[in-house]
Amino acid sequence: MPAPRRRPSPPRKPRSPRSRLGGDVSLAPLEPPPTAPVVRAPSAQFLHGRGGAVGRVTRELAHRFRTAIDSEFDRQYERILAELGPGDFDPFGFDLGYARYAVHFAAALYRRWFRCKVRGLENVPPGRALLVANHSGQLPIDGMMIATALILDHQPPRLVRSMIEKWAATLPVVSTFFARCGQVVGIPENCRILLEREELILVFPEGARGISKTIDRAYQLEEFGAGFVRLALENRAPIVPVAVVGAEEQYPSVLNLRALADVIGAPAVPISPLFLLGPLGLLPLPTRYHITFGRPIVLGGEGDEDDEQVAEHVRVVRSAIQDLLRRTLDERKSIFG
Amino acid sequence: MATGARTRTKTTKGGARAAERSVILTGVCGRLGRLLLRQLHREGRVVGIDRRDFPDAPPDLVHYRLDIRRKACRDVFRREPAQAVVHLGVMHDPRISAETRHTWNVEGFGRVLEYVAAMRIPKLVLLSSAAVYGARPDNAQFLLEDAPLLASGRVSDIRDLVELDMLAQTFFWRAAECETVILRPSFIVGEVHNEIYSYFRLPITPRLLGFDPMMQFVHEADVVQALRQALRPGVRGIYNIGGPGVLPLSRVIARVGRPAAPVPHVLARGLLDRLWRLGFTDFPGREIDYLRYVCMVDDRRARRELGYAPAKSLDETVAAIREAFGD
Repeated sequence: MPAPRRRPSPPRKPRSPRSRLGGDVSLAPLEPPPTAPVVRAPSAQFLHGRGGAVGRVTRELAHRFRTAIDSEFDRQYERILAELGPGDFDPFGFDLGYARYAVHFAAALYRRWFRCKVRGLENVPPGRALLVANHSGQLPIDGMMIATALILDHQPPRLVRSMIEKWAATLPVVSTFFARCGQVVGIPENCRILLEREELILVFPEGARGISKTIDRAYQLEEFGAGFVRLALENRAPIVPVAVVGAEEQYPSVLNLRALADVIGAPAVPISPLFLLGPLGLLPLPTRYHITFGRPIVLGGEGDEDDEQVAEHVRVVRSAIQDLLRRTLDERKSIFG
Repeated sequence: MATGARTRTKTTKGGARAAERSVILTGVCGRLGRLLLRQLHREGRVVGIDRRDFPDAPPDLVHYRLDIRRKACRDVFRREPAQAVVHLGVMHDPRISAETRHTWNVEGFGRVLEYVAAMRIPKLVLLSSAAVYGARPDNAQFLLEDAPLLASGRVSDIRDLVELDMLAQTFFWRAAECETVILRPSFIVGEVHNEIYSYFRLPITPRLLGFDPMMQFVHEADVVQALRQALRPGVRGIYNIGGPGVLPLSRVIARVGRPAAPVPHVLARGLLDRLWRLGFTDFPGREIDYLRYVCMVDDRRARRELGYAPAKSLDETVAAIREAFGD
């Protein structure tokens, strides 16, 4: 990992203290390390910055992305490595050495771009559990942010294995990247093995229907698949409902070209008005993410219940997530704040 | 057919008289046949059946140079009171036309099953392959024995093996008194001349751009051990044989040490097929799915019930790929 690059900078203004989960630099509950450079608010930089050339801004942004995350990230990641050993590949193709770069990038997005506010991390029980979340935002950044939250802000850091669409496994590069970062094709057999190993699994029961929703249906949950309930019952794993607010607006999609999606075999082809901006439109909007972990739900049963009983459990989990979403949305003042 | 069973089958299964009863090995001249023979012929009588000649056969091997489909083969089964049949005589040669190979394999194995049933031979072992499950994007990372055999959907070369495997499965109920064992090992490495050998023998190893599936390999010596364990009386069923560990394909290629060339998957099939048709390689392009998706097996059942445990480590197993080329 490169050492934080420090630039000579103009005298800093004192920063106002932030809340514990306020994202940005107050990396609670860790103490900011003495070497961590203090970064000023972005607005100040843009107003008072010297030069103004695009290159300079990009460099500055890259610098901001890296600094202050490095030391914290390294510390958490070393804890994971210390626990699991540097090892080689796990049987699913997870490579901690490779994933380090991806997680580091995700950590920068988490702190800087989406400025995630996380609540209820203490609800994640030790040992096996299923995290069940709403899926949104065209690209599965929500999964990445949930995973990052558990690495950066959970004590001790925990690795999350998310269940991916089998379509992703047919894509070159993406499939390998996902596998190296610990993602697993969402098949009951795979989940079973992971739960037996007391791992944390992230499931999006809405699947592709959820992530490809258009903006007019934001925060309305799609139908849930029932597989996750059977898995939880069979493996006696608690279910932690997770609500992600903010991802819906990152790529405001107005149209899903279903016909084209069918032709190319993709689950969805979203069209966003931001694409008119050209390549810049491909960047997600820097909305603020609010990730809320609800109380764990422990279901009673063996996993061989009939469909109605399972559907009842699914409804319970779905309404728990809907509830968390509603509460978070009520408290949210703006999509960026 | 049943008339042939009259006198020979009065002996008890396995047990006390096993020593004088023989083990019939089909395809004994192949690499695995020879390895298994080397272990078995010291312990008892071994009868080999193969179309090929076996010039340096051990003197105590009774070798019949026969096409397994010939009538004379039935006489061998009738003459030899066998305690077990191990079917290794599966033809893999991709150069022989698919039709000929298919007839030979399916018909040949059909005959073997017929004789085993007629002579009431108490044990039948078929060496199948983990490839019969097929490499697919929605495969479980570790396939269990009851996963469907879907390989024939895309790879016609493995269709024969799928069919043999299914035939052997029908034997579980067709001849319930016979202990049928199906072994499905992952890619066998060593001096066995199979697809994986042909693949790594290419001067430049083609890889699919952006794909790097996890893979399992098993050393030929470990397969022979598993075959021997399958021969024990009382053992029946289907067993996956996984191997000592898993590695991504790219790591394996790096350890084998040949240069690798990433090829976009949309081009790879045509390219490899062309090379194959021109005779540059014995690795048919049809099998690229195995370089793209996972096709690995869960062998916990074999470890639990057979007592199978690979003696070769992962390093030794992968090293065996390179050693097979003699460089």
